[in-house]
Amino acid sequence: MPVLTRPAAPAPHMTKPPAKTSAGSSRWRKHRFSIAVLTPSLIMIGIFVYGFIGYSVRVSVSKWQGLNPDLSPRDPLYQTYDDMFHTPRFQADLRNVTVFTLLFLTLAVVVGLVLALLVHNALAGRTFFRGVFLFPYALSFIVTGVVWRWIFTPSTGANLILQGLGVDHGPKWITDPAVAGDVSSALEPILPGGHFIQVELGVPLALIPVVIAASWQLGGFVMANYLAALTAMPEELREAASLDGAGTLRYHWHIVLPWLRPVTAVVLILLGHISLKSFDLVYAMVGQGPGFATDVPGIFVFEQTFRALRYNTGAAASVVMFLLVAAVMVPYLYRSVIREKN
Amino acid sequence: MSTARISAPPRRRPVRYPGTGPLAGAVALVLLAALFLVPVYVLMMAALKPPVQADAVHMWELPESIDFSGVEQAWEKLSPNVRNSLLMVLPATIVSSLVGALNGFVLAKLPFRGAKVLFAAMLLGMFIPYQVILVPLVRFLQSVDLYGTLPGLILVHIIYGIPITTLIFRNYFNQLPHEMVEAARVDGCSNAAIFLRVMLPLSLPGFVVCAIFQFTNIWNDFLFGITVVPDPTQQPVTVALNNLAGNFSVQWNTVMAGALLAALPTALVYILLGRFFVRGLTAGSVK
Repeated sequence: MPVLTRPAAPAPHMTKPPAKTSAGSSRWRKHRFSIAVLTPSLIMIGIFVYGFIGYSVRVSVSKWQGLNPDLSPRDPLYQTYDDMFHTPRFQADLRNVTVFTLLFLTLAVVVGLVLALLVHNALAGRTFFRGVFLFPYALSFIVTGVVWRWIFTPSTGANLILQGLGVDHGPKWITDPAVAGDVSSALEPILPGGHFIQVELGVPLALIPVVIAASWQLGGFVMANYLAALTAMPEELREAASLDGAGTLRYHWHIVLPWLRPVTAVVLILLGHISLKSFDLVYAMVGQGPGFATDVPGIFVFEQTFRALRYNTGAAASVVMFLLVAAVMVPYLYRSVIREKN
Repeated sequence: MSTARISAPPRRRPVRYPGTGPLAGAVALVLLAALFLVPVYVLMMAALKPPVQADAVHMWELPESIDFSGVEQAWEKLSPNVRNSLLMVLPATIVSSLVGALNGFVLAKLPFRGAKVLFAAMLLGMFIPYQVILVPLVRFLQSVDLYGTLPGLILVHIIYGIPITTLIFRNYFNQLPHEMVEAARVDGCSNAAIFLRVMLPLSLPGFVVCAIFQFTNIWNDFLFGITVVPDPTQQPVTVALNNLAGNFSVQWNTVMAGALLAALPTALVYILLGRFFVRGLTAGSVK
């Protein structure tokens, strides 16, 4: 069917100018299709997103533990949260997700930027290389976790290669319980209530392989975003820079990097929220790790809820996760959707 | 945006970095590509090895002979779950794409007051950690007798797919000229007719992008699969693969072959339709 043909028989009432009907009914007529289309989706999202979050908040302040739902409130209401924040495991989870997010964002953005600049300026094979680097993004985190687990298992993988290079005792990788750069003892005298912190505040070494695997999977995503921005960059910028006598380094520092700054902001937000939610990859690759070295809130919620049946604790942790993600995403959505210009 | 990119291929001279020869960039690219393909090498080699090499300590070795026994064993264990994943992903992808096309059309082409706020409220639904809705979701599915079933899982993927499919189609329809809607309206088309006769025939690329994105998302899902479906025979392949990997009586190369099987559908989609995949990816970021 040709695209812009006149419809055979336009409904007669639609050809009338809308001013002839009363304001209320014409607005209804004008919008009834929109209302009919959007209402079911909005109801679904209202219930399955907002209603369900409200329900989880209610569970988190209830006494519900075990198979029988018990929504009677705890006294005080925040008791479950209070208990949870005092457990070493949840403290370790918050430490881990913070450290993981910082390391992962840094590595993924650096890798993505290097790849994008290399691919963008490649002499040949741009599509091929872009394809190779983006490929991991198409895979499931479970597949990634299963493969990388074996690369970073001390008795196999990377350590076999290190052995070949003459290093007999390679790192313990995902089995390493050590936490490097512990600052908690230094914090204790300064921080009021420092004794509250029961875990070492540093970088759990077992997290580093997970950071590498996550950056492998999402570095290509970062690259693709940078490539789109680089392609959209006006060629005149480069000509102007070279007329002004700027060398390649100065051109990149003063022109390219500032040009990429908005994309970097978007990428950091998107990767940041993925990182705060992380579950699949960590679960498949290492689980909670030695001494909760790789445990994250996503795993904590899952195990408290579906394994230990401590529904209130699981719900409380999930509400904390939601608040962390919302703190990142709500301002982002406000700026990019609500204040967007058409 | 994409059409502009296709019609005006930028003529660029490659940049040379100071202190490097012209080949340094190419060498760096080849080395990085090789590094990126290491996990793929491990998977492929493991899947092709005979049982004598089927242990993780042989993971870097090339196969002494080509042997598909690992793949066969993995297929035997995972084929019901591959089937579940297919039965889940196809209807969920189709329905959520259709819903997204309708929503996206309305939000892009029929402006009304408050539309942006509603759209933003809808979008937040795709960013939430799903952990925060799992318990009420399970209780809801139990109350309508869909808990533990594939139809239940399909419903879940359709509902939580609405924000992303709406976003993809809103972006897609936004780049079609608004004059088309005006012209059709002057011709007397109702909004429904504008959608069905004007927009829908033009939206095939949007559907391809959206379907690929949803296919990949839903196939790769793990959290809904493991929480909504407790019965191992009904679970999708990602959950089954995770169970297989945690089962120490299963040979190492069977697990790797299983990972290969679980990765294959989305990998094929990516290899065959990579162009659309990239477009969906940039459409997936809000702007």
